[in-house]
Amino acid sequence: MNMTLRALLGATALLTLTGVAMAETEITVATVNNGDMIRMQGLMDDFYAKHPDIKVNWVTLEENVLRQNVTTDIATGGGQYDVLTIGTYEVPIWGKQGWLASLNDLPADYDVDDLLPAMRGGLTVDGNLLASPFYGESSMVMYRTDLMEKAGLTMPEAPTWADIEKAAAAMTDRANDINGICLRGKAGWGENMAFLTAMSNSFGARWFDENWVTQFDQPEWKATLDFYLNLMTQYGPAGASNNGFNENLTLFNQGKCGMWIDATVAASFVTGKDSTVADKVGFALAPDNGLGKRGNWLWAWSLAIPASSQKQDAAKAFINWATNKDYLALVASKEGWANVPPGTRTSLYMNEEYAKVPFAKMTLDSINAADPTNPTVKPVPYVGVQFVAIPEFAGLGTTVGEIFSAALAGQKTADEALAEAQAAVSEEMAAAGYVK
Amino acid sequence: MARATTPRRKALTTLAAWTVALIIFFPVLWMILTSFKTEASAVAMPPEFLGASWTLENYAEVWQRSDYPRFFWNSVVISVGSTLLGLGLAIPAAWSMAFVPGRRTKDLLMWMLSTKMMPAVAVMIPIYLLFQWLGIYDSKIGLVIALMLMNLPIIIWMLYTYFKEIPSEILEAARMDGANLWNEVLYVLTPMAVPGIASTLLLNVILAWNEAFWTITLTTTKAAPLSAFIASFSAPQGLFYAKLSAASTMAILPILILGWFSQKQLVRGLTFGAVK
Repeated sequence: MNMTLRALLGATALLTLTGVAMAETEITVATVNNGDMIRMQGLMDDFYAKHPDIKVNWVTLEENVLRQNVTTDIATGGGQYDVLTIGTYEVPIWGKQGWLASLNDLPADYDVDDLLPAMRGGLTVDGNLLASPFYGESSMVMYRTDLMEKAGLTMPEAPTWADIEKAAAAMTDRANDINGICLRGKAGWGENMAFLTAMSNSFGARWFDENWVTQFDQPEWKATLDFYLNLMTQYGPAGASNNGFNENLTLFNQGKCGMWIDATVAASFVTGKDSTVADKVGFALAPDNGLGKRGNWLWAWSLAIPASSQKQDAAKAFINWATNKDYLALVASKEGWANVPPGTRTSLYMNEEYAKVPFAKMTLDSINAADPTNPTVKPVPYVGVQFVAIPEFAGLGTTVGEIFSAALAGQKTADEALAEAQAAVSEEMAAAGYVK
Repeated sequence: MARATTPRRKALTTLAAWTVALIIFFPVLWMILTSFKTEASAVAMPPEFLGASWTLENYAEVWQRSDYPRFFWNSVVISVGSTLLGLGLAIPAAWSMAFVPGRRTKDLLMWMLSTKMMPAVAVMIPIYLLFQWLGIYDSKIGLVIALMLMNLPIIIWMLYTYFKEIPSEILEAARMDGANLWNEVLYVLTPMAVPGIASTLLLNVILAWNEAFWTITLTTTKAAPLSAFIASFSAPQGLFYAKLSAASTMAILPILILGWFSQKQLVRGLTFGAVK
């Protein structure tokens, strides 16, 4: 063999080996458009420095579109996505279907025991951690400290619904376009029904009894809906039946709400640069009625791997990076502690620097006050605080949400709305085979 | 009989036309204005105009956060490709229906139109699975086929209407002169129907450009067009309306410019045959 041929063969072998070594694994991450997720995309240089062999492609979609696309893909085993951003509603349902890969074998530095127990519990099915929380949230009361002071009131750290009504009455000032309270009214299982289901827990209500019999005809739901409609009619904004998170955020930031009970993630918005009342906001736990349950919910946007993904090792490397303690430190070093994704890890709340963030303690207390496996005063056959973790709930929740939203708009009474909800849900549950 | 046009009537008609045009265009105008406001100014109530805080930051952030040229190029390929492929199939189909109609031609036309009456979501899963099976999911060729099929009934209907306006005697004369079918369609019919074909082309490019259901459902990263680009800026938690408006403006601007320059052709095509 002459020298030229040897050299050519050697070069070819070297190129082949180099090619193998440099081969990139491309993974596709489906996610939603929110501040924390966008921030992560801006910090990808750190990931690439640690994993030069993995390339991440992002698919960012609106929440409902993402849910539809991801559900279609995962149900048909399409395998288009390697990492999914999903909520606490999907994890138990998809986990039972065997659609998600277990994350029990993440490296030791992931430190699974550091996850907040409420979050870990909500994302574990049959002993398998099926999603890693990226950020977690509960709900709490955000109120105007200046208006409370003017009214001569003090907001308790753990108020009752009676305290809320009293404060709403005192802060309402129609002449100056200030509403005592702003709450969700827009129809949807993740909109008004997230709030009303969580609220109903504190009134002792439940969606179903132990035998999956619908409970909207019970006095606890009547008390919940009457209180909500009365509160909103007397002290809420006009057109409240069209208001969701963003609409109420706009009203609060413009100084038109005395109180707003909503997601803890809103705290950074109402104290941020776009708020006209940033320095006049106080926080309190979601209200209760003395029955042992508060009206707060529990939600986590989490990262999971579909069982159909062919690149699970690379996907796990990404999830370990994005939801590790080191990532929280990375965000803090680049953008400050107030911008760290909240609500997932115990160590974050032990950190002295993070403790200085004004809403940190209240967020943790709110998350700890929610128990997805035991959400109601009376026993229930389901898990989920502001939802019922069954596949039918998205449709049922939206149907009932539309009925209750119509009641808020004055198109029907509370009794009519409850009777309609009872009939609609009972029929669906019977058709789905839950009730024999 | 022509109606006398007094200056007063003309002024009133002009005013009415401008009012209607402004009402129709107002949402687009407001979106463009919002894209230049700060997020706080974008949601201010009452709405701010002269006193608003103006900025170019939204465009800078949208440009920096996403690969706009890739989304744009995908939109161009998908909308132009699907329209050209559709025209290639629709011209012979419309020719046969217009000049050699059978007993069932009218039924066939109605059946084709009826496919547009079905909600797209009803066939989402079968189409999704088919695309997976054929290996054309998240590919430009896949979307070209999907959008072509989606718009084909409209293309055929429009061309059929234009072709019906052409006297069949001209085609017969061409045949008498020895033109075969190919020559008849290519050298006689098509040049005479150029205005109609051009307006069909323009309208279908616009329809394909703005299609959002299939283009978002059947793509992830490689073939995602500008509809997916807009969707990536929609947020249910957080006030990002100004950025969403900037992204939307960037997405519609190319097609708005195309529509502006070709409006005479579009209007002529859309009103073709309406007044005899």
